[in-house]
Amino acid sequence: MAQAAATIDEGQQHPIKLYLVVWGWLFVLSTFSYLVDYFHLQGYLRWSLILLFMMLNAGLIVAVFMHMAWERLALAYAILLPPLLVLVFAGIMTFEADYTLFTRERFFHADSG
Amino acid sequence: MPDTTPTHAQAAMAPQAGWRSFAADWSSDQRAFKSASWGKTMMWIFLLSDTFIFSCFLLSYMTVRMSTTVPWPNPSEVFALEIGGTNLPLILIAIMTFVLISSSGTMAMAVNYGYRRNRAKTAILMLVTAAFGATFVGMQAFEWSKLIHEGVRPWENPWGAPQFGSSFFMITGFHGTHVTIGVIFLLIIARKVWRGDFDQERKGFFTSRKGRYEVVEIMGLYWHFVDLVWVFIFALFYLW
Repeated sequence: MAQAAATIDEGQQHPIKLYLVVWGWLFVLSTFSYLVDYFHLQGYLRWSLILLFMMLNAGLIVAVFMHMAWERLALAYAILLPPLLVLVFAGIMTFEADYTLFTRERFFHADSG
Repeated sequence: MPDTTPTHAQAAMAPQAGWRSFAADWSSDQRAFKSASWGKTMMWIFLLSDTFIFSCFLLSYMTVRMSTTVPWPNPSEVFALEIGGTNLPLILIAIMTFVLISSSGTMAMAVNYGYRRNRAKTAILMLVTAAFGATFVGMQAFEWSKLIHEGVRPWENPWGAPQFGSSFFMITGFHGTHVTIGVIFLLIIARKVWRGDFDQERKGFFTSRKGRYEVVEIMGLYWHFVDLVWVFIFALFYLW
């Protein structure tokens, strides 16, 4: 069984050019990320650009370099869906942090009385 | 030896495509991950658990940064370097990012040449990857000593919120440890490739089991993950 599976799984064969193209895009996207800081973009523009370039970079690495684009959906869903729960955690901690900041400003500031 | 006789069981598990394959694979009452060997699957599951570890670090960083009443030090200035008389913001971090991305590129090509049974190119590309990784760790050591010299400690720093130091050392320290472990394993696997262990089906020293060129891809998964984590650290800690 294991042997039979091994023959099915003859590995990922893709042209080298694909990796070079992705490599180039990762360079370009990282440069864009750096330029966001270099040109001192601020506010929502800065955040959205940083997150956009971050997700594009991460997507390219996972999909092409880690071959997730060619894996069966059974594996892709098992690995890629659970991290989405981190967003729920982030939501909870945002709420918590806002509350902590509120209590600190309300009760621990020198001039809050 | 591979059993090529089609049986009913194998006919039943003929792979389906599309989103229906997700339900079909998981409910097949056989192995759920049909295209991925157990070695690869277990590496993915380990990386999933590691994702949660780094998520917890980044979330605690988010929490302390959002809840502090003291201004957060500006990473753009903290990590600036003066090169040739000009003050470049965040330049060392940008170079580290490019070094790590390049190491991911050479690793991806090593995996590719591994499956083509090109022993020399695979081993050399893995050694180049390890060299990039070691360069990254070296630059991180430089960055750490620079910041420690400037008075950054896990409990205080000269520029603002004291949580900056603890977040910085925890997150980059853990990531640097991952890179270091990756470099060590790259060297071990590169030696096996160079020696032809996977062609001669030589038994491993530790497990006494025969390795395959898939080991290079599994090693690559770990290495790309280290790069992946850096993408998030770069965006959320250094650029935010």
